[in-house]
Amino acid sequence: MIKPLYKYEPKNGFTRWLDARLPVLTLIHGSFVVFPTPRNLNYWYSFGAILTVMLASQIVTGIVLAMHYIPHTSLAFASVEDIMRNVNFGWLLRYLHANGASFFFIAVYIHMFRGLYYGSYKEPREVLWILGVLLYVLMVATAFFGYVLPWGQMSFWAATVITNLFGAIPLIGESITTWLLGGFSVDSPTLNRFYSLHYLLPFMIAGVVVLHIWALHVPGNGNPVGIQVRVPQDTVPFHPYYTVKDGLAIVVFLFVLAVVVFYQPNALSHPDNYIPADPLKTPAHIVPEWYLLPFYAILRAVPSKLGGVLALGAAIFVLFLVPWLDTSRVRSATYRPIYRQFFWIFVITCVGLTWLGSQPPEGGYVIAGRILTIYYFLHFLVVLPVVGLVEKPKPLPASINDPVLPPGESVRQAAE
Amino acid sequence: MAESDTADPSRRDFLYIATGAVGAVGVTAVAWPFIAQMNPDAAALALATTEVDVSSIAPGMSITVKWRGKPVFIRNRTPAEIEAAKAVPLSDLRDRTARNANLPDDATADDANRGVAGNEALIIMIGVCTHLGCVPLGQQGDYGGWFCPCHGSHYDTAGRIRQGPAPENLQIPPVAFVSDSVVRIG
Repeated sequence: MIKPLYKYEPKNGFTRWLDARLPVLTLIHGSFVVFPTPRNLNYWYSFGAILTVMLASQIVTGIVLAMHYIPHTSLAFASVEDIMRNVNFGWLLRYLHANGASFFFIAVYIHMFRGLYYGSYKEPREVLWILGVLLYVLMVATAFFGYVLPWGQMSFWAATVITNLFGAIPLIGESITTWLLGGFSVDSPTLNRFYSLHYLLPFMIAGVVVLHIWALHVPGNGNPVGIQVRVPQDTVPFHPYYTVKDGLAIVVFLFVLAVVVFYQPNALSHPDNYIPADPLKTPAHIVPEWYLLPFYAILRAVPSKLGGVLALGAAIFVLFLVPWLDTSRVRSATYRPIYRQFFWIFVITCVGLTWLGSQPPEGGYVIAGRILTIYYFLHFLVVLPVVGLVEKPKPLPASINDPVLPPGESVRQAAE
Repeated sequence: MAESDTADPSRRDFLYIATGAVGAVGVTAVAWPFIAQMNPDAAALALATTEVDVSSIAPGMSITVKWRGKPVFIRNRTPAEIEAAKAVPLSDLRDRTARNANLPDDATADDANRGVAGNEALIIMIGVCTHLGCVPLGQQGDYGGWFCPCHGSHYDTAGRIRQGPAPENLQIPPVAFVSDSVVRIG
């Protein structure tokens, strides 16, 4: 790994005093100021920073919403309406939080597909990738708990369906479901504990984010060319080069979020969740939030309760194995002509599953769901290992500078 | 340090094992209440019973009552529905056990074992799909019984699973007639 160009030197008496006792300023300086970052990162690499900002935004809006929300079955729905109508700027805070969750998932999916395209999970970044998948699982759990809190029809039936997934476990499934619910059906004890966990998990996410960044900073960033940084000229200091680049990406991303919050605040949610929860009546057509639709389609594709639940779990678990399923030694899909095509087929498969998850479980939708579910697993279990073995990659450039600098320039810079 | 390692190893080993053992038991003992607190509390466990007057339910009519927080379907089936349910051979069923809390666990899912004893037209079932807990819709689906809109499970006129992802027939709760017209659930 390339060393930073210079070391942090405290400038005044206080920072010298502090840094000698707790070198936190040295740590921040080394990680976010002089950190040597490949000079060829494109905007797809900005989504890590965007995700950090979205986590902070969700925690801040969530903490203030918690000052007004009441986790009881008889008051939860009313308290959310109270936030929308009576609390000062409550409508803005809630719409920021609800749409912020959607945008959090937009950013994480782009971040994950970027990792799959550029082979970011490959040696020596396997642990970085595993921590990322763990973060995704924690995000899904947090989003699910949060979705239950408004206690609308979709909230209630989402809680019912998801907790019943555990009932598919042989022998102990029923007891686990009862234990999770704190009763025989979704009720006040369920709502209360989901609220507690919804408040806890974001801070666990923040903790794993620290590990994720730590695991990133040991080998350093990957890059679109996929070859290792070799000489100091391959890198630039994180500040100002990437603070500015990430900063611009964050502003543009938040701008799009603001457009949705102010002009289409309910476009990404379901109108049935504005109907108070009714334990005696399931809505005619229940669907999860859009970001979980692909997994919902996989759950419904299998015509057996246990099988569907296992397929749902396997669809997420297989992501943990990606570093070992991909046999290619070339990281970036830019230099992998066959894998690049399969990558886009996989993206289309995921978009297709998302759409199928939103459709009723009947006729052609079920058949299409089965085909795409099989392909989803084929991509990981067959395409990734086999393509890596049979594919002839394009020649890699000698340096990460070659694709971005004029011919000869990188050689000249390296010689300096 | 070399001397202290060899001075009295049995004493340190004893403390090491004893501390570890007490610690492990202690952690387990403390974990127990933290896990057990999530199970249903005394209020939820207090077995509620519901009494319903079924005399006003005409043939072809259904009502839904709430028992233990769950919907319970009570249907007075039409003769055609009873005939349809009786005509199904046991070998055609996905789940061949009655799932009837009033009968032994291994009772077969014949129509007679699904209806209320002594009144074959009446069927009383917990209205919770055995797949993932949605409430099925009555008199819908390919078998004229119940259809779960969530994931497409079809139940027949005796509430038996016929098609779709649900693994079991709709559950039948403990029921008993307390008079000619009133039935107690629970």
